[in-house]
Amino acid sequence: MPVGLIRYSPINLGRWLVWGGFALALVIAPLVFSSGSSLSLLSLMGTMMIFSLSYNMLLGQSGMLSFGHAVYSGLGAFFAIHAINLSSSGTLQVPLTLVPLVGGVAGLLFGALFGYVTTQRSGTAFSMISLGIVELVFACSLMFPGFFGGEGGVSGDRVFGRPFFGISFGPQIQVYYLIAFWLFVSAVAMFALAHTPLGRIANAVRDNPERAEFVGYDPQRVRFLMLMLSAFFAGISGGLAAINFEIVSAENVSAARSGAVLLFAFIGGTGIFFGPMLGAIVGVLLTVMLPEFTKAWLLYRDFFHHDGHVRTGRHGQPDRDEPAPGIQGTDAACAACHAAAGRACGHRSDRVRDADRDDVSAVARRGTWHFLEFVRMERRCYVDACLADRDLYAACRRRIFSATTWRVSGCLGGCAGRA
Amino acid sequence: MSTPALDLKNVRKQFGSAEIIRGVNLAIQPGERVAIIGPNGAGKSTLFNLISGRFAPSSGEILLNGRQIAGLAPSQINRLGLSRSFQITNIFHRLSVFENLRCAVLWSLGYRYSFWHRLSALKVAREVAEQVMESIGLGWRRDTTAGLLTYAEQRALEIGITVAGGADVILLDEPTAGMSRSESDKAVELIREVTVGKTLLMVEHDMSVVFGVADRIAVVVYGEVIACDTPEAIRDNARVQEAYLGGHAPAQEPA
Repeated sequence: MPVGLIRYSPINLGRWLVWGGFALALVIAPLVFSSGSSLSLLSLMGTMMIFSLSYNMLLGQSGMLSFGHAVYSGLGAFFAIHAINLSSSGTLQVPLTLVPLVGGVAGLLFGALFGYVTTQRSGTAFSMISLGIVELVFACSLMFPGFFGGEGGVSGDRVFGRPFFGISFGPQIQVYYLIAFWLFVSAVAMFALAHTPLGRIANAVRDNPERAEFVGYDPQRVRFLMLMLSAFFAGISGGLAAINFEIVSAENVSAARSGAVLLFAFIGGTGIFFGPMLGAIVGVLLTVMLPEFTKAWLLYRDFFHHDGHVRTGRHGQPDRDEPAPGIQGTDAACAACHAAAGRACGHRSDRVRDADRDDVSAVARRGTWHFLEFVRMERRCYVDACLADRDLYAACRRRIFSATTWRVSGCLGGCAGRA
Repeated sequence: MSTPALDLKNVRKQFGSAEIIRGVNLAIQPGERVAIIGPNGAGKSTLFNLISGRFAPSSGEILLNGRQIAGLAPSQINRLGLSRSFQITNIFHRLSVFENLRCAVLWSLGYRYSFWHRLSALKVAREVAEQVMESIGLGWRRDTTAGLLTYAEQRALEIGITVAGGADVILLDEPTAGMSRSESDKAVELIREVTVGKTLLMVEHDMSVVFGVADRIAVVVYGEVIACDTPEAIRDNARVQEAYLGGHAPAQEPA
């Protein structure tokens, strides 16, 4: 090219518009849908969008149908919640904004470990082996309660350390923006990955693994690398789920969740990059809104939550007879805490009215989503409101952060009885 | 005498109790163009599969530029400078023509399993792919999905993928299978163009293609090479006439 000739490289306007529009949508979505449950919905959508995109790296780009992708996101979630707990207690110093990376690295390591075994085969054999691995990990999660927390899972408090410029990540909107940030970064990274030599050769291996071999590439190595990278992003989504829900249980590594992400990816379309993101949005809406429209929500609830997450005791009634053990606070402190929580938490949810706050079973009848929302907000409310009385907080904290919700209601009941 | 580009020494291949290749000896000099002909079921494709690494020989040696390649994986053999095409079109059917060719050059340019290079920034890869695309005459089909090409275009793409990597030894397995006369003539031109300076081993049934391209012809019958000589000598070889042409050889003029 002669020196002095001006090169004209047009900016890829379309690309800037699309990604800019995406970033803009992420920023203004909570301002448009600003109610409490909408924020939680958006946060859940955010984590599932990263999860679906990472799954499509395997399915749409590399041609590997995996039934066990939740292993990597679930194990990432477990490592993230432990990192949160260790940082809360001061053993580690991982800021909350970087906890998803902990999940990502955990996903990457397990992707390397399990991936080496599973990618020895392709096609149907690979799918079946991945199903076996997820069931194996799920079974292990109930066998090692020290790490996996047994049936109740592992809980944590995402508010620890000093607030960073006033951001404590207690309120849901702050968590949403954290998720949105990681979603944008992960989406950009995965899009870029699709346009690298490895990404393109993964497409070639998807189309014709034999021919790829005869142009110099080892298909097994390509699949292994793609699985590791996909597991990294799945781990990030798991870490964000741990932050969002503050609890991780065996359900995070279940085959049901793997099936859900498979469904989301197919709903949205595996052929285009943004497809699985749309599928995640639609899929989350379906799983959450379904109870609004059908009285058979119990059936679907048990399909999606087959673990101690939502346990309301026998006959669906919270177990009010057993007093919340271990409450040490004084009557006055209990009353003050309860009153403060009542003020703080009264307006939190526009779906859960004050009158029902103490009648947990009534809330439960409204639907799984509202119930989980209620429980989560109650926990957060009580944590925020009861910080004044350290003894009560310490005593209630064990119960508040316990997975089974009847214990939460027991704590509420225990306090309510004395208010 | 220089090292043969490809040297087969007493190669045998057995599938169970059936011995398909029964002691093949063949030495191909660098830059030579050799066509392998023979009746159906003689073991020509099996021979290609043995050389390119799809199967490992039961016994015998295969040497590429003096290096043992018997028993290596196909990807390893390809990296050493041997590339093959397939009788049944084997392309990346969901990628575009340009992407097909770019995938074929990536390893040879040293990018390996890189996920830190932006594809659009790889100028050399793009230029080599475009050059091969022009030489196989598919420049006007650059962004067409490969699975939607016509049959002859797919065969041309197949050849393009084979030569794009810059391998020195090219194996073409029936490149003109299923083509009409005019398409075959174009394919012969293409093969002559893209294999300039390279060693070519070609399985073919079409005699006009064979006589148009080959320096030497090897005749394989029942897993053995019964003759390996110039086209004229092969035409006059009585054994070949009997075994392959059935003893009723019509006088053929080279195309």
